[in-house]
Amino acid sequence: MERVFMKGAEAVAEAAVRAGCRFYAGYPITPQNETPEYLARRLPEVGGVFLQGESEVASINMVLGASIAGAKAMTSSSSVGIALMAEGISQALNGCQPIVIANFMRGGPGGGTIQPAQSDYLQGTKAIGNGGCKLIVLAPCNVQEAADLTYEAFRLAERDRNPVLILADGCIASMMEPVILPPMRTDEELEKERLARRNWISNGVRTRGWGSIKLDLWYGRAAMVNAESQGACGKPVVEHTLESANRLWAELYETWENDIRVEEYRTEDAEYILTGYGTGGRVCRAAVDQLREKGYRVGLIRPIVVNPFPANAYKKLDSQKVKFVLCSEMAIPGQMFEDVQASLCDRIPSYYYGRSGGHILEESEVIDAFMSHLD
Amino acid sequence: MEKIYSRTKAVNQVSGGFCPGCFHGVIVKIIGEVTEEMGLIDKAVCVIGVGCCNNIYGYVKGKVDMVNTPHGRAPAVATGLKRMAPQDTLVYTYQGDGDCAAIGLSEIIYAANRGEKITVIFVNNSTYGMTGGQMAPTTLIGQKSTTTPKGRDADDVGYPMHMCELLNTLRAPVFITRVSCDTAPHILKAKEAIRKGFQNQIDGKGFSFIEIMSSCPTNWGLSPVDSVKFMQENTLKEFPIGTLRDN
Repeated sequence: MERVFMKGAEAVAEAAVRAGCRFYAGYPITPQNETPEYLARRLPEVGGVFLQGESEVASINMVLGASIAGAKAMTSSSSVGIALMAEGISQALNGCQPIVIANFMRGGPGGGTIQPAQSDYLQGTKAIGNGGCKLIVLAPCNVQEAADLTYEAFRLAERDRNPVLILADGCIASMMEPVILPPMRTDEELEKERLARRNWISNGVRTRGWGSIKLDLWYGRAAMVNAESQGACGKPVVEHTLESANRLWAELYETWENDIRVEEYRTEDAEYILTGYGTGGRVCRAAVDQLREKGYRVGLIRPIVVNPFPANAYKKLDSQKVKFVLCSEMAIPGQMFEDVQASLCDRIPSYYYGRSGGHILEESEVIDAFMSHLD
Repeated sequence: MEKIYSRTKAVNQVSGGFCPGCFHGVIVKIIGEVTEEMGLIDKAVCVIGVGCCNNIYGYVKGKVDMVNTPHGRAPAVATGLKRMAPQDTLVYTYQGDGDCAAIGLSEIIYAANRGEKITVIFVNNSTYGMTGGQMAPTTLIGQKSTTTPKGRDADDVGYPMHMCELLNTLRAPVFITRVSCDTAPHILKAKEAIRKGFQNQIDGKGFSFIEIMSSCPTNWGLSPVDSVKFMQENTLKEFPIGTLRDN
């Protein structure tokens, strides 16, 4: 196994290449410029294409085009840049294209600050684009997880023919840590996957041999399902309407229950729960250890997949035993806190502590916040 | 009897989609004819903009692959597609004036500036047809639209955008031409321009831009015949036909 020392933004880039990504387009924005800079060097080495788009809007659409051509493709940006991509992400979902998007969040709203923050949880998990579209959202808490989840993102995207969002922050992007990189996927594997997708990519009619398609950014999922069935049995299997497409997406979202991933640490005997995701979750984990040393029975719930949200991790908490849940985020007001509260249904008191504006959470602050809620 | 003319295999025998007197139907036909004559039907991907150009769908459905794109983004989608598809894939965009010259101005200029090996077919009818006749970037000074009810006033909203001339300031494009549909000879020239644009792509040359002047009887509030007359007396004076670059 290869163990290297890398920045998170570079680990995401290298893991993407190893997962089979052969096209990247993006527009410079701090704090994630190391991702495009790395790929500008790396992609040509594997026969891929790197393009610096003239804007985030153009970049996401270039990625869409590359995916339609049959390539695994990704983009990355930060907060305000992801907002600019909203239309394209929604259209990529509508066109059932398995693209990957990485958001290394910075402070907001608006241009905010270039410093790290967790300001886009609600955007990422609830409304990444118009039209009620949802993505699986993966939230790494360190460089290793950033690499692993990027690799996983390409698998999930291909499986679902749906974009996947990596929701990291500026800390993850800029921090250097040792990382064991995932294995390089072979050209044969990638070609096999491309062929499996040939009913829903286009290099012209010759791509599939049974007629033309419109890679439908209208009613896309119904069109895609029908294109697949035409390849297999020669007739459409679902009504080509927006409503039937919406139902198909809803069915897809239901299947994601199986993709829920959450770290539960020292929760067995816990009387208190600290919770957070990404960098916030990592800080909470360190705070759990410190509080345990002080004699408090504290556990951690850290959602790794934040959409779908691991509500059961909170629902199953014993209200006779757990005295409160403290959610810590690099966002003011709390964003994941809304999901935590909804999952707890007022069974257990819940509190929130956060920093924003580029201030990175510190263990001592989380511990102070914890202490302030003790009886 | 020898059959000397028939419908191209690249276009369906359907009616509807375009209004009476609109030249989109003619343009779709000549694109189809060129695609068939060059043996490119099974290698073509039509990247469609948003607006009346979207109605091309019904005509080529089942014949040629298509990609619908967000409004104005066709050149960006075509960029990614052409870069990652086998290089003999024919990728062309089909865009109107709102799509290409307003919301998608950035995408078209940068695709042209990069010299993307694609062909852009830009239909200029001086109006937003599909949304009901609002002012387009190419609406003439004094020409009425639903958002310039007293006619386009340059002091208020500026002058018509000349896409060919704008793109001609860039070094990378290899072919920039403006053709028209107002007469049969002009339609034949438009067809040859499309052929040239496709051939450039087959030859691995760079960016080709074909602006095709059209009319919109419905939103101009004129009969088809009067629309052609209006085109000849007004539109083609503002947008003279001719080839600006052929490298």
